[in-house]
Amino acid sequence: MGGLGEGFTRGHTALVTYLMAGYPDRETSLAAMRAAARGGADIIELGVPYGDPLADGPVIARAGRAAMKAAPEGFGLPEALEMATAFTLEPGVSAAEAPPVALMTYLNPVMRLGYAETAKRARAAGVAGFIIPDLPADEAGEWLSVSDGLDTVFLVAPTSTADRLATAGAASSGFVYCVSRTGITGERSQLPEHLADLVVRTKEHTKLPVAVGFGIATPDQAVTVGKVADGVVVGSAIVRRQEEPVAVEKFVRSLRDALDTDSE
Amino acid sequence: MSDNDRTQPESDYSLPDERGFFGAYGGRYVPETVVPALLELDAEFRKASADPAFKAEFDLLLADYVGRPSPLYRADRLAKAVGLAEVWLKREDLNHTGAHKINNTLGQCLLAKRMGKKRVIAETGAGQHGVATATAAALLDQECVVFMGVEDIRRQALNVYKMKLLGAEVVPVDEGGGTLADAVTAAMRHWVERVNDTFYVLGSALGPHPYPEIVREFQRVIGDEMLVQFAAKGIELPDAVVACVGGGSNAIGTFYPFLREIPRERLPKLYGAEAAGLGLDTGKHGASIAGGTPGVLHGFYSYLLQDERGNPLEAYSISAGLDYPGIGPEHGYLSDEGLVTYLPVTDAEALEAFALLTHTEGIIPAIESSHALALLPRLARELGPDARVAVTVSGRGDKDMDIVREAGL
Repeated sequence: MGGLGEGFTRGHTALVTYLMAGYPDRETSLAAMRAAARGGADIIELGVPYGDPLADGPVIARAGRAAMKAAPEGFGLPEALEMATAFTLEPGVSAAEAPPVALMTYLNPVMRLGYAETAKRARAAGVAGFIIPDLPADEAGEWLSVSDGLDTVFLVAPTSTADRLATAGAASSGFVYCVSRTGITGERSQLPEHLADLVVRTKEHTKLPVAVGFGIATPDQAVTVGKVADGVVVGSAIVRRQEEPVAVEKFVRSLRDALDTDSE
Repeated sequence: MSDNDRTQPESDYSLPDERGFFGAYGGRYVPETVVPALLELDAEFRKASADPAFKAEFDLLLADYVGRPSPLYRADRLAKAVGLAEVWLKREDLNHTGAHKINNTLGQCLLAKRMGKKRVIAETGAGQHGVATATAAALLDQECVVFMGVEDIRRQALNVYKMKLLGAEVVPVDEGGGTLADAVTAAMRHWVERVNDTFYVLGSALGPHPYPEIVREFQRVIGDEMLVQFAAKGIELPDAVVACVGGGSNAIGTFYPFLREIPRERLPKLYGAEAAGLGLDTGKHGASIAGGTPGVLHGFYSYLLQDERGNPLEAYSISAGLDYPGIGPEHGYLSDEGLVTYLPVTDAEALEAFALLTHTEGIIPAIESSHALALLPRLARELGPDARVAVTVSGRGDKDMDIVREAGL
């Protein structure tokens, strides 16, 4: 299993698709992961349902709550890891249908399970890396000391100073996640004006690919972002369609096609 | 504010460290978007702390606007009723707006002014911090938005009305249980969005660094005054000092000066009263130390009520101000170190203490503060009838009339 960087080696703008694990139920979300892969996702970002999703907008927050309720025994990090195993290690699945998986989880579920135990299970599950939005790079020493073999993607934001871009760039592996705007995840009709500037500033501090997320909802917006960044992260717009894997595949393909058409 | 004009500390208590940790607890576990704002706040807080003009402005407001120093009152009828030699009440209930919260909101709103932010936001549970923030914002001509859970809006209608009168916008939070924890989350999310022009006035000694330290600095006036007042009365330090703990701001404001100024061998026993709600074994409580485990919530690492997957649990307490599933990080440290003993107090015990203070002294305490008062009979048994105990009465009970009436008092 390669790292998350593999998602950026396919000769086009990488498409990172966020799905909520366990929403609307385990089977459907697993089918939606496959559907996103078939539609052309280069990296699957698998969201872990959590009770206090500080960085997420209404669509993702609601999906997380629904996932926790849908499973009679509850649904969280252990279950998401189990799903990742099913996704990455299912026999007979082609490489194209199994792009690298990044787990997007808040910090406390990781602490609760234990940093080392989480890393161990993630490696066994074939997970490529982690995105932990409430773990800034300067608090991540303990996690980084036990997460060998796993990439950790740190976030940078429009408010990040040069110092912090350097810290996040140096601590990250796989790619750097550029938050397009201050605020929470969710679809927006307009992309912020200073996005290109932020990506350029980030690239001054890292050789890793830079992907942009938060608020990207349409193929046109993906294309705009793709002109400045190495990758595009789409979340709420996919989760909104997640109850129907067919709709996920179609939507992801429309993003993929738009990005590819633009680069031709 | 600055320490140079205070007596040299006799203990070596100097936490948090520069990264905001009290031992293992504290830290800054927040989305990157707000980290630069926290660093800026930290830098400005240190500058303000070293600026005599800032201290003078703050102290003048505390004296002439809040009405400080708040009295240290010897409650003899209460002492007799609970079987102690002396009980001293630190009367934060007599502050302007009726609770200790105003100490912190004036400090933070002055910091906001210093940082050029014309807009402040706050979370509130019982509404005391919301009212205190709205009050400071009115005084300092700042736009004010307060996030409050729908359940608390129902329980604390009077405070909601007060905040609106004071010119604040009250945003109902209809997530989770609709209580304080949900209000904190909503305020933090809003802050992430509006971090450039908005100052977050956090109401308790929790949240990401430097908030626990800032809140402690603005609340330490409680304990600082107690030390001066005991000395002025020519009385030995008490055998025990008690405060209620939700997030823990009045408690840390009470304890910190003792921890800092008094050598360990002379340090009074310090007690924090946690909300045990309907009882620890019912699962309906807010006692993070007695019934929780360490974890991260709202940007800091401390004791937390959480499920086996790390989701925060809903807290419960009759008092909206203690209805929070976590506790400030310094309290987590103080508990582990054995420097403070945290004891659970049920709704029923708090109501009983509420009635007792009202009947014996003619002082109607907040239902939060009643949790601290409820420890007095226990301390009488533990320390004996000759003991002298000080209790911080963090607020007055006007806001709780509907609740105690519903409870049948």
